[in-house]
Amino acid sequence: MAVKKRYKDLTLLQRIYIPEIVKGLSLTMKNMFKPKFTMRYPEEKFIPPASYRGRPVLVQETNGEERCVACGLCARVCPALAIEVQAGETEREKERYPEKFEINMLRCIFCGLCEEVCPEEAIVMSKDYELAFSSRGDAIYGKDKLLTPVIQLQDRIEFLRSYK
Amino acid sequence: MPKFVLDGKEIEFKQGQTIIQAAKDNGITIPHFCWHESLSVSGNCRVCLVEVEKMPKLVIACATIASDGMVVHSASEKALSARNAVMEFLLINHPLDCPICDEAGECKLQDYAYSHSVGESRFVEEKTHKDKRVPLGPYIMFDGDRCISCSRCIRFCDEIAKEPELTFVKRGDRVTIVTFPGEELDNPYSMNVVDICPVGALTNRDFRFKARVWDMSANNTICQGCARGCNIELWVRNNEVLRITPRQNDRVNSFWMCDHGRLETFKFINAKDRVDGPYVRREGSLQKTSWDEALADAAKELKSSRFNRNEIAFIGSPYATLEDNYVFAKFAAAVFGSKNIDFMRHSDPSFGDDILRREDITPNSLGAEAVGIRPGQTGLNFDGIINGIKEGKIKALYILEDDIVSADTALEEVLAKLDLLIVHATNFNKTAVLADIVLPAATYAEKNGTIVNFQGRVQRIKPAVSTVELDRAMDSMSMSRLDKFGSIYDRWNQGHKYDARSSWKILAALSSVLGNKMKFNLAEDVFNEISRSVQAFSGLDYDSIGEHGVQSKLQPLEKIEKA
Ligand code: SF4
Ligand code: SF4
Ligand code: SF4
Ligand code: SF4
Repeated sequence: MAVKKRYKDLTLLQRIYIPEIVKGLSLTMKNMFKPKFTMRYPEEKFIPPASYRGRPVLVQETNGEERCVACGLCARVCPALAIEVQAGETEREKERYPEKFEINMLRCIFCGLCEEVCPEEAIVMSKDYELAFSSRGDAIYGKDKLLTPVIQLQDRIEFLRSYK
Repeated sequence: MPKFVLDGKEIEFKQGQTIIQAAKDNGITIPHFCWHESLSVSGNCRVCLVEVEKMPKLVIACATIASDGMVVHSASEKALSARNAVMEFLLINHPLDCPICDEAGECKLQDYAYSHSVGESRFVEEKTHKDKRVPLGPYIMFDGDRCISCSRCIRFCDEIAKEPELTFVKRGDRVTIVTFPGEELDNPYSMNVVDICPVGALTNRDFRFKARVWDMSANNTICQGCARGCNIELWVRNNEVLRITPRQNDRVNSFWMCDHGRLETFKFINAKDRVDGPYVRREGSLQKTSWDEALADAAKELKSSRFNRNEIAFIGSPYATLEDNYVFAKFAAAVFGSKNIDFMRHSDPSFGDDILRREDITPNSLGAEAVGIRPGQTGLNFDGIINGIKEGKIKALYILEDDIVSADTALEEVLAKLDLLIVHATNFNKTAVLADIVLPAATYAEKNGTIVNFQGRVQRIKPAVSTVELDRAMDSMSMSRLDKFGSIYDRWNQGHKYDARSSWKILAALSSVLGNKMKFNLAEDVFNEISRSVQAFSGLDYDSIGEHGVQSKLQPLEKIEKA
């Protein structure tokens, strides 16, 4: 098969390429003096806006109790089967509480469905994106790691309410 | 047969039947809360309102007798708007408790709120508040807020359990359920009210908050609590049985089961004292070993020259399946030519009643006897075997799945006289701890098989819990979503699997070690041989037994009617 010769209709200026290089470099120069977006992570931390979906956490009321009533809806809706809830009985008014609440962070896909389904506004997406584990077991977060004081979650809760 | 038209479909009915019953017999469900096939009609929930042509007003299908030529509409505009109105009315004071309510997922009110309700509440006033968390009896918790006053529980106690214990008090939106003064809801059938309560007002205290219904799998099987053999479902999550509910079988238990069966027949499955793998006595104590070693040891001991074959006796079990007992009898006859074979009868006159419970507290005594657990002509019966041990004439004993020492503690000393005791046991009970060799038997929740109830009805048990050799998917147990998608790294999927096998399997393996091959691969193979060789079961197979059992020729029908 004969090799077809590609024909390009370039002018001399285009062929010598120098004007293009000048154009490109001038863009670079312009940007050198603009404010920077890059962050020096981890020395500098990115604080996401309220709409950000970081790892799901459990809301802890000011009296130290969890809001969760262990209804299991989040576990049911979770498409990745990341959540395990074991309910237990308590003397408190709501009768039911999570004896065990575990999220497997290796399974979680940060979809936020758990937050959306929760009837008690008890599980919300936090701003925490720093997740690193050295074993499978470490990736399973229990109540100790999940419970987060409601104060720290205020802007997310407000964000959720404004979109209801 | 007379006919009426329901939603354009012609329906045959028996004279005197109500519209709702006739519809049900034809496979059509008219929505209802308070109506129950086995209870009297009370007609108070009003959800079953239907339109009947030529009648001035809507009528309730549960209390209207069908008549020839009637034209009924259950989904006409009028009927639907009435149903919506009734639903709205019922939901006015119903709390938003679904997240904390055990009934969620199997709640009639929840289902109907989806299918027959408009989905909006116009009620802005405060809902009524009644007592929550009231223990009505040892096993039942009552929540006044959730009750929709259908009176099913009251009628159940009056009509089925025959112990009126519950009643309504107060009126209007303050009406609630209480027990009569000085009474408790503690009749032997009390927990059936949990099943028939259409909402979560009555809940099972034993199961309370243990699991969500959608996280469990349910398998059909048979209660092992007495010779009735109530049809049940075993609810399992993470390979652990969490509750039992009855399953309808009009020939055996109708819709019900007793509290003993519901509470006491599954906890041993996950008890701490389960026999997990074979044990052999070495230097005085029972030690875990491998199957091969345990079977080789058992074979060696059974064939030892310390005793001849007339000095060996076999005790079958009314707790084991037909298959287990059949192979046991065959093993005794074919390998040892032994005629000393029988089983212990367990009966408790205080347990029996004229509702469901039977004096015979074993599930399969009729079947055990029928497949050959009875002494041969010159052989010893149970008492004969025990006397034989006392007199030193019986030196070796092989016991199949029966804790005879707990049933009769005097036997502890007698069994101590034995030279060799081999036991198939599910748990380290008082008999198993005396044994020289303990072979781990699968519980009824871990095997396939059949049992025969007091009526002579052959019923199937099916596995619901997996063991080392029984796989949930491969052995066609029902699977929950968690069972299907769980991996070995999920903590919610690491339920313990015991190393236990069906007794017939253990016996077939032991028989092979002793040089007598038995060709059974499945429980079904054993049953097919039983149906070929035992007259009472001829012509039966697992398919014909089905989900509801089948009558064998073991008991004449008249006798059943009387019983
Ligand atoms: S964010 Fe999504 S994947 Fe993660 S736990 Fe919630 S529902 Fe599951
Ligand atoms: S949905 Fe909410 S209340 Fe229910 S178990 Fe999950 S976190 Fe708890
Ligand atoms: S407690 Fe349940 S069964 Fe009894 S009246 Fe109320 S809703 Fe009906
Ligand atoms: S009556 Fe017998 S078979 Fe039925 S549930 Fe009770 S114990 Fe089980």
